[in-house]
Amino acid sequence: MSVRVQAEAFDYGAECAAFAQAASGAGAVVTFCGLVRDNDGRLQAMEIEHYPGMTQTALEQIEAQARARWSLSDALIVHRFGRLEPGAMIMMVATASRHRADAFVAAEFLMDYLKSRAPFWKKEFGADGATWVAATDADEQALRRW
Amino acid sequence: MTLTVLYFAWLRERIGLPRETVDTSAATVADLVAELAAREDRYALAFADLASVRVAVDQTLTDMDAPLAQAREVAFFPPMTGG
Repeated sequence: MSVRVQAEAFDYGAECAAFAQAASGAGAVVTFCGLVRDNDGRLQAMEIEHYPGMTQTALEQIEAQARARWSLSDALIVHRFGRLEPGAMIMMVATASRHRADAFVAAEFLMDYLKSRAPFWKKEFGADGATWVAATDADEQALRRW
Repeated sequence: MTLTVLYFAWLRERIGLPRETVDTSAATVADLVAELAAREDRYALAFADLASVRVAVDQTLTDMDAPLAQAREVAFFPPMTGG
């Protein structure tokens, strides 16, 4: 089980390969990666702010909830902060379980909770200036199914 | 009581500070918000719409009714947008 919060880029392929190799007894691995959307070419950059004292703990708590609810042999969360270019990888999750259902559903749970319960804030920079990305009702509703 | 108060995202921009030390006798988060909002327009503006303000006390998410006894750090921020 591992949580990393970092400014540096990560190598998604290498992370997935290492995770799958370590999970060899599991039977199923699900991975997800989130990218900076370019907003049809209008986005110049995204800045991700976070709450350094709290972020790691909040992510570990989210991961612990997932482990308590589903049978996971391993889980990984990597989330970046700082300035990112369009198309850059923002974050990834990986889950491993004996059968695929637990790995899929736990990955979705991690994503839904990361969206609105981990202390990150996104600011988008475009030709017209900068705007903070607003949380949506859909993000909040996504939590209700859990 | 002396608290470290942190602001993130547009709250930080509106108030113009990432953090400050506040001497207060506020019993709850809501009392602290009322004290801060009464200080200056930039604070009043930042706290004008509490439906879009979230709070953590000692790095744990909580709500406006949370007590501040024993608290050391209070952070205000907009709804989070991770992932």
